[in-house]
Formats: sequence, structure tokens, C-alpha cells
Amino acid sequence: MLVLAVDTATPAVTAGVVEVAGGASTLLAARVTVDARAHGELLTPHLRDALAEAGRAFADVDALVCGIGPGPFTGLRAGMVTAAALGHALDRPVHPVCSLDAIAADVPGEPLLVVTDARRREVYWAAYAADGSRRTEPAVAPPAEVAARVAELGVTRVAGADLFDFGLPRVGSAHPSPLGLVAAADLGAEPGPLTPLYLRRPDAVEPGARKRVSPG
Amino acid sequence: MTIILGIESSCDETGVGIVRLGADGLELLADEVASSVEQHVRFGGVVPEVASRAHLEAMVPTMRRAFDTAGLALSDVDAIAVTCGPGLAGALLVGVSAAKAYATALDVPLYGVNHLAGHVAADTLEHGPLPSPALALLVSGGHSQLLRVDDLAGGITEIGSTIDDAAGEAYDKVARVIGLPYPGGPPIDQAARRGNPSAIAFPRGLTGPRDAKYDFSFSGLKTAVARWVEARERDGEEVPVDDVSASFQEAVADVLTAKAVRAATDLGIGTMVISGGVAANSRLKELAAERCAAAGIELRVPRPRLCTDNGAMMAALGAHLVAAGVKPSSLDLSADPALPVSTVWV
Ligand SMILES: [Zn+2]
Repeated sequence: MLVLAVDTATPAVTAGVVEVAGGASTLLAARVTVDARAHGELLTPHLRDALAEAGRAFADVDALVCGIGPGPFTGLRAGMVTAAALGHALDRPVHPVCSLDAIAADVPGEPLLVVTDARRREVYWAAYAADGSRRTEPAVAPPAEVAARVAELGVTRVAGADLFDFGLPRVGSAHPSPLGLVAAADLGAEPGPLTPLYLRRPDAVEPGARKRVSPG
Repeated sequence: MTIILGIESSCDETGVGIVRLGADGLELLADEVASSVEQHVRFGGVVPEVASRAHLEAMVPTMRRAFDTAGLALSDVDAIAVTCGPGLAGALLVGVSAAKAYATALDVPLYGVNHLAGHVAADTLEHGPLPSPALALLVSGGHSQLLRVDDLAGGITEIGSTIDDAAGEAYDKVARVIGLPYPGGPPIDQAARRGNPSAIAFPRGLTGPRDAKYDFSFSGLKTAVARWVEARERDGEEVPVDDVSASFQEAVADVLTAKAVRAATDLGIGTMVISGGVAANSRLKELAAERCAAAGIELRVPRPRLCTDNGAMMAALGAHLVAAGVKPSSLDLSADPALPVSTVWV
């Protein structure tokens, strides 16, 4: 089964081609650029180039896996709409994956904290058990608040963005990898809705009373 | 025969249009729009993040509806045109990203095109090829511009634009002042039909002898309306909403049509196109028809559905580029929120 993996929930623009056979996943090709402002520009060229390097065509793709965040809004949407459109155009399923789960899937083992950059001096985060299962709902908080919960969460390692000293050894990658995305997906299941994990409401305020323009 | 898919997401409408380019011109096969306007009402204006979220949700469903309407399959598409500017950055990004994915998966050429040029191209869906040169007056919540159009596939020059608010923006702000709902265009137009357009002498911006001949300004008019209304409120008088609407609308329509007709006359242009959401305004159309007729100018106004933002106009513009043999855009094209109108495609 040929799987295209897409993630734009972090500053990385991630495109990968993964062959899944007999329970084993093999990375055939990947294109990753770390540039938070280039998601819209680079993602589709990355997918095209990765497929070409793998010697495959879009028509060979059996399924897509897409990181649905949490992630800063604009870039995240570039990846998600790309995956949704490819799924539609190729008539193939698109499996949504929590981007934090994908980072965790790359480093199985001891209990793990995963954090990514939420900007505005906050992080997106989730905690994982030794068996790799997620123990907390993905959330957004100032890193110091998350650090204060490290003992209670029982995590002994941290993966993801290097933004704060959590007093834990760092493991894994700062961004979801194609293999991590595929590992975190349930390719045998009917895909769930492709709904982004924004975790924040839009910045918008309802107007108050009309401001007067006349003096006095 | 060529099938062109158009994608629009520059503001609060997710538009997908499908156009057939044949030997005898353009045929509109589908024009599906999903609007997030309801979600912006309580904010009194378009909230970019809310609009962008809605585009992501609506993109594929709108695409499916368009192909159902046209009775076509995605594999029938020969080229894709997408709005890459001007507009809201986050909103544009959704359409551009989707268009790239469709173009790559379907292996068809992609054209990143100018939204404003699309508004002009919309008219060719209804009235056929545009004579060269033509003058275009684009008026909406986001733009107020006078353009000289020598060639839709690349020869567009801005000759005037608003120096502050867009015309539609002035409608929204005045509606708020007199207690009418957002968006302000339709309710003001309705109230104005019951009111007296000469009841109040509101100022005509930038119409002095030393002012820029073809530029617009609506900020002073909006403030004048607010001052007038506040003075009535302070005196405990009832505000005559119908007369304020009619007098305000008259000032807008007067300035827009006077400047457009003057530009056409000065430049020796015999055809005028009015497009954009405000082109649906009854008084603007009426006054433009009157003044164009008096000046011997042919007036073309597409039906309201084609005047507001939609994907069909982008498909129409794409068809003109395909017909002109323009080179497709690169797959690493990006959205440009400030794309100048002189850049019809990127
Ligand atoms: Zn527009």
C-alpha cells in the first residue's frame, strides 16, 4: 500500500512517500523544508518531487495521511486543504492524525511529553504513556505551566520543539516525520473527518456601542 | 473544446466555477459559492481567521457540488485558474493550496490569477468578448477602482482607486450608524427607494477642481453621515433612515458614475463595465445607465450573481489566458495579498 504523508502543523513543510506492507512501513522518499512561511508554496512541489524520487505517480497512491494539528492556523490549513483536495482528485481516503501523536510515534518507549510551538509564548502539548497511547487531550498552554505538571504526568522524556527547558532529556524530532504520521494512523479504519485541531478561537471581538464622531 | 476550473477564496466566499471554452466563446457550466457571511454578521465585518476556517471546510464540498451541477468528472478538467491575489492572506492560501493539489493530481496546467481582473472577466460570461479598450469600474466591500482594460490577458491599467474606504465598506459603516444590518448594501438600497435622495446634501469626496480626477474617497462621506445622524439624536429627533439612506446612496452613485464617465470620455473609451458586489446597487446601475447613454458609452453590468465574488469569473479569466496562449504558473506559486491589478497572472 502506497501512502502519501503530509504535515504542516509545525514550521516544517513535510511530504513523504511510505510503502506499507505486511505491517512494516518503509520510507521511499521525503521532502522536508523548515520554513514556517512556505507551507503554501512548497508542499505540493515537495509531494511531486518525493513521488518522483520514489519512482511512483499520484495515480499509484492508495491512501493519504494528514497531520491535523494542533498548529498555528494559516500553515496548518495549507497542508489540510492540500490533502483533502488530493484525496478528492485521486478518489483515495485521507486519514487524519494528531500531529503530536505522529511525533510521539517516532520515539516509542518511556512516558513522553510532546510539545510544539503555538506562538504567542505558548506550546501545544500532550503526554504519552510507555505503550505510546496518548494520556491527555492535545492542549495549548504557556510552557512553564506544562513544566509544572511534568511530575504529575509521569513523563521522563520530551520530544518536539526545543522551546523551553522542561528538565527532561530530549528525544526524537522537532516535527512529525512521514513514518511517524503513518504509524499514528489507523489505515485499516474508515477515516474520520478531516477537522483541524485549532485549540484557539479566532481573534475577533464583537463591536461595542457605536463610537461618536462629533466632538463633545 | 476546453474545460476550465476556477477557484476563488480571496475574502468570505468559497467559489468554484466551471467554464467551457469553445469555438463560439465561453459557456458557464457551474458556479457554486459557499459564503461565510453569516459568521461575520455579529462582528460587523469580515474576520479573516473566521473566513479562512470556513474556506477550508467548504473547499472540497463546493468543488463536488460544482462538478455535480456541470455533470462533469474531475478528469474532464483541462486547466485550473485560482485567485492568488489581492485579498486576505490566510483566505487566499486555502484556495491556492487546493488549486495546486488539484492541478498536480489531475496533471493539468495551473494559472494563478488576479481577482480584480476576474471581476472584469465575469462580464464576458454574460455579454461576450470585451471590446478593446474598455473601462471597468470595480466596486465592492474590498475594492473601488477604475481600470483601463486593453486586453484581459495582460493589458490592465489602474487609472483610479479609493484613497481610503472601499464603496462597500462605506455602506457597511453607514448601515451601522443608522441601525441597519451587515452587510449594509442591500438594506440601504431598499430603504433608499423609500427615501428622498436630495433630502440631505452629503459631500461628494474628491470632486474639487484640484482633486485627483479618477480617485475616490468615501471616508469623509461616512463621517458626514455619522455627524448628521448624531446631531438629530442629540436633539432628540427621530432619524429619517430612508432619507439618510437615499441621500447617502445618491452621493456614492453620483461620485462613482461621474468619475467613471469622465474617465471614459477623457480616454476616448466607448464601453464601460461595472462589476463587484456594489454593482448590484439599483441607484448605481440607474444613474450609470443614464449618464453612459448621455455620453454615448455602452454600459455592461453582469447579473448580480456574477458581480459578487465567485469561481466562475476566475474560470472565465483562466479561459482568456488559455485562449491567449499564456504560459501556466509554476507549482511553487504563492498567494500575494497585495497583487497589483497590472499583474493579471503570475
Ligand atoms: Zn471581489
